[in-house]
Formats: sequence, structure tokens, C-alpha cells
Amino acid sequence: MTAPQIEIQLIASAVAVSCALPGCFLILRRMAMMSDAISHSILLGIAVGFFVIRDLASPLLVLSAALTGVVTVSLVEILTRTKRVREDAAIGLIFPALFSIGVILISRYAGDVHLDVDAVLLGELAFAPFNRLSALGYDIGPKGLYLMSGILLLNLLFILIFYKELKLSTFDAGLAGALGFSPVVIHYGLMTIVSITAVGAFDAVGSVLVVALMIAPPATAYLITDRLSYLLAASSLIGVICAISGYWVAHALDVSIAGSMATMTGVFFVATFLAAPDRGLVSIFVRRARQRVEFAQTMLLVHLYNHEDLPGEQKENHVDHLHEHQRWKPEFAVRIVAAAERKGTLSRDGELLFLTERGREIARRAIVG
Amino acid sequence: MDIVGFVDNLFADYTLRQVALGAAMLGIVNGVLGSFAVLRKQSLLGDAISHAALPGIVLAFLLTGSKSSLALLLGAAAAGWVGTLLIMSIVKHTRVKYDSALGLVLSVFFGFGLVLLTYIQKLPVATQAGLDKFLFGQAATLLRKDVMTIGVLGGIVLVFLLLFWKEFKLLSFDPDFAFSLGFPVRILDVILTTLLVIAIVIGLQTVGVVLMSAMVVAPAAAARQWTDRLGVMVTVSGIFGALAGVSGALVSSQAARIPTGPTIVLCASAIVLFSLLLAPNRGMAWGFVREQINRRQLQTDAVLGDLYVLANQHQEPGHGHPIEVLRTMAHGHGGVDRSLKVLKERGLVRETGSGEWGLTPLGMEEAGRLSRQWRETS
Repeated sequence: MTAPQIEIQLIASAVAVSCALPGCFLILRRMAMMSDAISHSILLGIAVGFFVIRDLASPLLVLSAALTGVVTVSLVEILTRTKRVREDAAIGLIFPALFSIGVILISRYAGDVHLDVDAVLLGELAFAPFNRLSALGYDIGPKGLYLMSGILLLNLLFILIFYKELKLSTFDAGLAGALGFSPVVIHYGLMTIVSITAVGAFDAVGSVLVVALMIAPPATAYLITDRLSYLLAASSLIGVICAISGYWVAHALDVSIAGSMATMTGVFFVATFLAAPDRGLVSIFVRRARQRVEFAQTMLLVHLYNHEDLPGEQKENHVDHLHEHQRWKPEFAVRIVAAAERKGTLSRDGELLFLTERGREIARRAIVG
Repeated sequence: MDIVGFVDNLFADYTLRQVALGAAMLGIVNGVLGSFAVLRKQSLLGDAISHAALPGIVLAFLLTGSKSSLALLLGAAAAGWVGTLLIMSIVKHTRVKYDSALGLVLSVFFGFGLVLLTYIQKLPVATQAGLDKFLFGQAATLLRKDVMTIGVLGGIVLVFLLLFWKEFKLLSFDPDFAFSLGFPVRILDVILTTLLVIAIVIGLQTVGVVLMSAMVVAPAAAARQWTDRLGVMVTVSGIFGALAGVSGALVSSQAARIPTGPTIVLCASAIVLFSLLLAPNRGMAWGFVREQINRRQLQTDAVLGDLYVLANQHQEPGHGHPIEVLRTMAHGHGGVDRSLKVLKERGLVRETGSGEWGLTPLGMEEAGRLSRQWRETS
């Protein structure tokens, strides 16, 4: 690995963790699409900031962009509060309008400057190592790495300091309000963090892929854990894995790094969706199949128990009778009988079935409940 | 440019005419389908579908090698459709919520689209350029056959909508009732969503994948302010969509370096703003006016009531009372002078001396009636 490669992966990992942390709260608060809105409308903030400051490298640009993100959130809320449109429609109205103004400003008045819409939308991580920071005449590493590390630190501090407040207002906003933690302040704090992260990350991965890194790793982690602290840790880890694997896929195929990272987040989500323990599709399928066999065995034992030592026993507890009585297909009946026999809950005498002591006990318990 | 010259130009210039026609048709179809999306709380589904279409466009180009709009649109529709199904199945089979599923599919599909786009840029195919116009839309590239494609697909969508009008209406407002009546709700849902996918896809070349969702939401949200009837809303929404499409496409074709998609979106946003403020009945400006009228009416009644209270505390009903007393009694609502003027015009009060007011016999009667009415209702 060359030095620029390591630097790119470090930046990508910092972006991934920075995005995943606030992303967890977004998906829990059902505000995932707010990240889409914010990451688009910050373009307007960057454009306006650029026209005022005339310097693409100024940290004030980050500030003005982050401010636009917060403005977007409040505009959506104001529009929703008029009760003329629902919240989803309000999001769908506000951010395209702000984004459009940004795009027109940039393509009309900044065509010659190094600020083009494609870069904002798509990002170009591959160039990040060329933009270097120097101190006292020494090269101390790429600028993007410092920016993203700073944002990562900010996000970590925010979540550590306000962990209790965030947790409470996310899961029970009413209680949080009643206890005196203002949910509004926490809400806007979180939105500010999301905006700052989106601004920092858009440079590296572009605005649409900020959404991928904010939503997909937390959604994936959400499939495997029930604890908020694990969710934060797992989504950060998944984010880093997606970032690094995405980089190497992009490297191998010579394609967009950001796009490849986003694709990897999707791949990880689908893999988890299929294979997660407990909640994955595969394990649900396996569990259902097993439960079906177990339930059928119990039903068989109950049936045998009901007819035990009664006049019709010869007929009722006959193997051939099962598919008529339980409406089982003959093959299924054979399978269930064999399974029960293996478990030692019934014994077989020719075509007749008898309960063992254990089977009788299970049947009795199933009936009593 | 003056209006006459502009209109002249519009009908004389062949390209401009194509562009206007295409933008109008996509505006109508999206306005109409958007009405259903907005009513069914699926405003952001359009965003996901249009982003998800990107890999479909690039794959269609990779597979067929052609840039004919029909092939690309079919690819886009297929990808948009797969994305929608994925969203539905994520919501159904996992505990991931609808909004997260939307964001997930939107960004991952778009990211995959970018991977494919950067991949074909490396291929030695000379004609691959121009696919990135799908990001922000380029109305100027609309050819006659593109416009034909938009027209035919849009026409099919509208015909289907008319055929299933009653079913879709029921589905949008009360799906449970529709189910209890024996309508195949799942199938209808899939058909309506498919129509939405087609509507979005035909706008991609003009508006672009990034902003196409606004064409679904904005005309419908604007039309919603003007009416409470579905039929009217759908019609108005179609008209608004066409208006936004044509004006945006024309403005952007008049000057250099104004991308079409954003311009159309801004036109649509202007229509929304206008409707939110000024639509009859639901418009916020009228709401404000109504509130003022109500407040004044209440103030006037309150001043009349105060005078009635004072009159009952004195022997002589017509006795005058200083305006300062009324102002003190009206503490909190104000508007005493204006109320007195109104009441005087109605002949309910008279000025008994300088700055002193008392009830007329008619005013006494009216105030008594009001006070009985208040007692009954409270």
C-alpha cells in the first residue's frame, strides 16, 4: 500500500464513522430522509458562502453550509406546522428548491472556478491526498483527514456528553420533555451535527453518498442488535468495513470510490438481511421449518394420547390413518413419525403407534398448556 | 426579451417547440400521478425511484449499446421498479422503517449507478458521453423521437389511470374498505406504483434523477391547496405540472449555463408558494384575513357586552361612560375605538358627551340578546 492509499482509507473510515454515529439516531427517530434533505441543501450554503467569501478553502464555508442544513430542517418544520402539507411532502418540496437555487448559482456564476456541481454531488476521494496541510514548512498530511477527524471528534463528544438526553428523547420524547430535557434543543443539536458531518463528508464522498453512509450501516446494525450502545459501535464498525472494502473494489475496477463505498453498504445490508442471526430471512425460514416439524410432532402425540386405550385405537393410531386425520401428506406423516421415534416419544409396532412414557408426558403437558 | 418576440420564437423555433411539448407532457403525467403519491403519503417514494433509476439507465446502455430513449427508459423503469419492490420488502420483512428503507435504496442504487457510470467512461465506446445529462437533465437534447416516447408512455399511463380511476381513488383514501369490498388491493397498489415509476422515468432526461422527485410532489402539493375533490386536484395538478415544465424548460433554453432540471423545479416551487399563500379557502393569506375579521368581530361584541354590564349597574340604561373605563375593561383585547365606531354605525351606541359612550335602546336590546346567547352556549 502506498501512502496516498493509506490516507484515502483513513479519510474514508473517518467519514464512515462520522456519518454512522448521528445516522443511528436518524433511523431511530424516523428522520432518515432528513439526511437526504440536508445533504442536498448544503450545496446552497456552499454556493452562497463561496460568493461572499470567495475562498473555497475557508472554514467559514463549512459554517455557512452547516447553517443551511439547519435552516432546511426549520423550513420543513414551519411548512409542516402550517398543516397545508404533510411532513414527507414538506421535505420533498424544500430541499429540491434549495438545491436547485444552489445548482443554478454555481453553474451560472461559478463555471470557471473549481466548484462544480458534479464534484459536489459525486465527490472525489481519489484527489483528497493531493490537498495537503503544512505546518512550519513541514507537510503534515492531507487536509481532508484533519477536517474529518475534527468532525469525528465533535460527533463523538456530542454523543458522549448528551448520550442520556439523546437516548431518552429518541425513545420517549414525551418523558424527556416532562423531565425537563428539552427535546427541541436535542433535536436541533442533532440536526446541527448531521449538517456539519454532511458538509465535511460531501467533499470526500459527495452529497448523495453521505446518505448511504448515514443510513445503511445503522440500518444494517439495527438488524442485529437491540441496544443503543451496540448499535452505535456496530454501525461504526460496519461503516469502516464498507469504506475500506469499497475502496479496494473501486481500486480493482477503476471506478468511483464513493459509489463503490455506497454499493458496499448495500451489499452488507442485503447480506445481513438474509443471514442475520434471529432476524435474518434465512434464520426465520429455518426456524419456521423447525417449528412446523416440532408442532406436528406434538399434535401427533396429543392425537395418540386421546385415543390411547380406547375402542378405536387400532384404527386411529394406525400410521395410514394420520394423513386422513391430521390432513398430512403421506410423506410428511412418515417424516414426523420417524422424527418422533428418533426422539423416543413414540414406539412403533408394525403399523401401530404407541406413546412412550416421555411422549405421554409431552402430550399431557401440551393439553394442559 | 419581450413577450411577443418570445412567443413568436416559441412557435417558430423547432427545437424550442419540441422542448416545450416534451416538458408539458412530462409535467402533466407527473402532476397527475403525483397527486396520488402525495395523498398516499408517498411523496418521497419519487425521490427513491428517480435515484434508483440511474443504474438502470447505465445498464441498459451497457447491454444494448444504444442511447435510444426507449431502451434507456425501459432500463430506468426496471431499476426504479426493483428499487420500489426492495423498499416494500425491507419494510415488510425487517423492522427497518419506511424512511430508512427509502434512504437506503435511494443512496445505494445511486452509488451503484455512479460505479457503472465511471466504469463505462473507461470503456472504448465513443458514444458513451451524454449519459451524465441524466443527473440534472438537459431539455435541449430532447429530440423528436424522445418527445414521441414521452407522449406514448405518458398516454399509456393516463389511460390506465382513467380505467382504474374508481379503484385508485378508493385505494388512496381507504385501502381497508377497498380490501373489505373484495378489491385486489395488493395488485392495485403494484399497478399504481408502476404507473408512478413510468411517470418519473419519462421526466429523467429533461429534469434529471436528482430533482425529478420535486416534479412528483410540487404540482400535487400546490393543487391540493385549491380543492378538496380528487378529480379537480388531479386536473389542476396536471396543469401546474405542465406550466412548471414548459416555463422551466423555456427559461433554461433562453440563456447559457442554466440547467433545465433546477429551473423547472424552481418554477414548480414558485407555484407551490403562490398556492400556499393565495389559494382560496386553504391559502394562508386568507386564513390570516379570516382571523383578523373574527378577532374584530369578537372585540366589537366584547365592547358591546362591557357597555351592557355598565348599563345594568346604573339606573338609566342610556347613561354615558368614559371611553377610558371601556379601555380598562377591554384590557387584553383592545380595539375599543374601532369597535365603538362600528357599533355607532350600526346604531347600537351613541356618544353622550365628549369621550362618553352609552347604549341606544336598540343597542340595549341587541346586547341583551347576545348575553342570553352567550349564557346558553357556555
